[in-house]
Amino acid sequence: MEEIKEEYKEVKGKYDVIIIGAGLVGAVIARWLSKYELDILLIDKEPDVGTGTSKANTAIVHAGYDSPFGTLRGKLVVKGNRMFYPMCEELDVPYKMCGTYVVALTDEDMKTLERLMENGRKKGVPGLEIISGEEMRHREPLINPEVKGALYAPTGGISDPFALTVAAAENAVMNGVKLMLETKALDFVVEPFSLHKKRVRGVITNRGTFLADVTIASAGLYCDELMEKLGIKYDFYVRARKGEYYVFDKAKKDSVHTVLFPCPTPITKGILVTTTIFGNMILGPTAYELQDKEDTSVRPEGLKELREGAKRLVPSLEMTDVIRTFAGLRAGGYLHDFIIEAPAKYWGFINLAGIESPGMASSPAIAEYVVNLVREQGLELREKKNWNPIRKARPDFSELSPEEQARLIKKDPRYGRIVCRCETVTEGEIVAEIHAPVPARTYDALKRRTHLGMGRCQGSFDTPRVIEILSRELGIPPTQVIKERRGSNFLTRPTKEVPEGG
Amino acid sequence: MLEKRCDVAVIGSGPAGLAAAIAAKEAGAQDVVIIERDVELGGILLQCVHNGFGLEIFKEDLTGPEYAYRFIERAKEVGVEALVDTFVLDLTPLREIYAINKRDGMIKLDARAVVLAMGCRERPRGALAIPGFRPAGVYTAGTAQRLVNIEGYMPGERFVILGSGDIGMIMARRLTFEGAKVERMIEILPYVSGLRRNYVQCVLDYDIPLQLRHTVTFVKGHDRVEAVVSSEVDENWQPIPGTEETIPCDTLLLSVGLIPENELSKKAGVQLDPLTGGPYVDETMQTNVPGIFAAGNVVHVYDLVDWVTQAGYLAGRHAGEYAIQRRKESGRRLRVVAGDNVHHVVPHVFDPLSLEREPQELQFRVRHPVEAPVWIKVEADGKLVKQKKERYVRPSEMIMLKLSPEDYDKIAGARELSVRVEEKE
Amino acid sequence: MAVETTKLICITCPLGCELKVTHEGKRVLEVEGHQCKRGVEYAQQEISDPRRMIITTVRVKGGFHALVPVRSTEPVPKAKIFPILRKLREVELKAPVEMHQVVLANAEGTGIDVVTSRPLPAAN
Repeated sequence: MEEIKEEYKEVKGKYDVIIIGAGLVGAVIARWLSKYELDILLIDKEPDVGTGTSKANTAIVHAGYDSPFGTLRGKLVVKGNRMFYPMCEELDVPYKMCGTYVVALTDEDMKTLERLMENGRKKGVPGLEIISGEEMRHREPLINPEVKGALYAPTGGISDPFALTVAAAENAVMNGVKLMLETKALDFVVEPFSLHKKRVRGVITNRGTFLADVTIASAGLYCDELMEKLGIKYDFYVRARKGEYYVFDKAKKDSVHTVLFPCPTPITKGILVTTTIFGNMILGPTAYELQDKEDTSVRPEGLKELREGAKRLVPSLEMTDVIRTFAGLRAGGYLHDFIIEAPAKYWGFINLAGIESPGMASSPAIAEYVVNLVREQGLELREKKNWNPIRKARPDFSELSPEEQARLIKKDPRYGRIVCRCETVTEGEIVAEIHAPVPARTYDALKRRTHLGMGRCQGSFDTPRVIEILSRELGIPPTQVIKERRGSNFLTRPTKEVPEGG
Repeated sequence: MLEKRCDVAVIGSGPAGLAAAIAAKEAGAQDVVIIERDVELGGILLQCVHNGFGLEIFKEDLTGPEYAYRFIERAKEVGVEALVDTFVLDLTPLREIYAINKRDGMIKLDARAVVLAMGCRERPRGALAIPGFRPAGVYTAGTAQRLVNIEGYMPGERFVILGSGDIGMIMARRLTFEGAKVERMIEILPYVSGLRRNYVQCVLDYDIPLQLRHTVTFVKGHDRVEAVVSSEVDENWQPIPGTEETIPCDTLLLSVGLIPENELSKKAGVQLDPLTGGPYVDETMQTNVPGIFAAGNVVHVYDLVDWVTQAGYLAGRHAGEYAIQRRKESGRRLRVVAGDNVHHVVPHVFDPLSLEREPQELQFRVRHPVEAPVWIKVEADGKLVKQKKERYVRPSEMIMLKLSPEDYDKIAGARELSVRVEEKE
Repeated sequence: MAVETTKLICITCPLGCELKVTHEGKRVLEVEGHQCKRGVEYAQQEISDPRRMIITTVRVKGGFHALVPVRSTEPVPKAKIFPILRKLREVELKAPVEMHQVVLANAEGTGIDVVTSRPLPAAN
């Protein structure tokens, strides 16, 4: 962790609640807490929300039959799944309750399906059904013809974790939450409280110290560093698990359009063959444990694993029309449960750790659970009279009818210039996101919000134009435009400013 | 919505599009519109600041911009209309173009003939699934060329170039000229894939190390490229373990293939050849969709722009001729209108020349019954062509009326044919 | 002076013949491997006085674009390439710029001009 300079210790503000980490879970928690009359500060160390696990996952809304009955995770996913789709409606986030399938290829697998079915039934997961191999072949013609059967979960689905993180953070900001980006929690302000407890009074960051009655840590991959500061240890905790993915062109013929899981192992749900909400077939994730939580590199071994794993579900899969590979890290533990608690040693501190799969589906239930923990920390929660749960997304040009497009261009001519040709994203949309309540100030932030650069040319066409727009709108020279984090500049210098000796 | 008609619409103003537009005009087409998504005409040639263009067609050694301007000037001379900063969103099989720009908003352009000249896009890193991190600093050579030559910014200082195609080699020289260092050029084939003249003038001249039978197997650097790993490959293009070499650099440039850009073609129902990635075309460069032609890199990737120009001329000439033919036909046809007490008439449009082949039949129904003798009168621009007596007319009974070759003289040249019922005194 | 053999690739046409040139310093004695006489001419030029076209861009103030592409009207001696490029980096033209406008006359004493290779209007 960084060295703590003297100026960081200056107290810059006092809040009721500080949330460390504006990933999907942190943002949804902020949105839920914004319902109450509380001064809330949401911080994140990066230039945008949702740059960790939130941006690199399979985007599945799990139905909940997998996580064991009796665990916190098992409880929250079922509740969360029920709350998830209405939440997406309120936040204007794309989703599809398309149902998910766990595919059995052997008799052993069929036993696993029955076990999952029983587990799900016990937990109250609605509509679970084991369908025959023939029925599975009917629903997904590309499935391995040897399929013996499948567990169908009608409440499973897919969504857009990028949009959800931004939308939840935006809704929180609309309802009074203060968002500070590029603000890194370096240490805590801790005071004596009682014989057995200390009190967490606030957070020391690179932008100063902020005090709060309750501090919530939802820092994803970095929760272990924060926990260490407070001497909190969990002995089974594994820091990072890497998941690699292949992404295919939307136009690829013979694409799978259903969500297909293989039978799960104790460690992982396995390599899915599925589709994103935008229409791209994807394969993934792998599950590779590692120590370096900055290592989001794609391994050739990982890609090989993906190809082999996917072929078991879809033997006819051709690896043509690949447009991209990527990897994400998730923070997890062998005990396979969520850690969401107020540690006994501290007053005023709530810790979230190990929120891996099914994090997204559970998120609204996690938020509700955290609200209760906040209440237990002694904060009075009075509901705001004018809390507005509805957040409207800005217009998506590619989804509008020609008449609506014409009207939009008339209103703002910048919608008349296409910047990303493959995904049909206009300058107007880009400018709107740069100036939105949770502003996009980097290329990747814009990419997550508008899908620019996600098409088959992968940014070859749009990059120079996006750099120009960001430079203009942010009032910075083009050489300072970055891709995601500090140091990811696109350009080094103007062409004619050659360093000495050139 | 701004609605326009034209004889020939050309999509793309690179060498193929410019040549096609000029040829269409020279073939006699009236309104020829060229649509360009960039802010000016010229296409990719404007960023190809190097020479080597026009050696065949002009017997001169021109730079890309000089070559482009020959055609831009000529297009202006012959009266081609240009819509720049305009992006085509959709093309239908009926040759309706939907495009947008800041000034006019949404434009619907009905073209009698279309020439597809959208060129191609570059194969990106993702398509090769190169493992490693995904930092800033990975560019396709064309994007880097645009940044260096048009926007005026360097994408990096120390480059590794993957691919020894022409664009990669040209950029190797260009970057060297602008004070950057090209550390290595890496090629998976056992030979240089671009033109030999470029190899001499861009790689050998500047002592840029070239590795054949190698490829990039890993990209290092979390936020910005820090190095790439290069490995030797076997006959199956698979990396040979143990041959890895880490090359420090800050930019990876990819020159690994061009793909014809046919998203619009697909929307119009144009059939593509999976081998080329471009449309199936005949000797006139017409695709399977009548009136839609294609020329240049959008059909298949060329190595000399001079031949792109030839293809553009060919497609443009035929597109022009096609449009002229269509114009003649539609000019010749009459509208058939329902007159007094006639509910509707089929056919709705009528080409008098069809009477040369055989008699033609008009079919219609009346609105109201008349249980008394009536005249059915067929008139061309109000002048009687023929009339027929009916003892009664009822909506339930369709009436047929034949026009014969003798009627041609009365009909030809008229704009409208009408059928009406006149009650006899 | 010693007799040497130098291998060259002819760049006059796309064929790219591999030439074997026997020469004494800058004096060519024999050329092998060519398929037309342009190959011999190329070998003689390349051995005695190798030349290349200068191709680059120069800055434009107030232009529609920040840079305008330029070229030498003829190939210049190889040794002069980088000195000329360095000089060109210091040039800043004022928009509007004409096609074939002279940017650097008699570049580095070669007697060859560097000119623009496109017109560039002023920014609107």
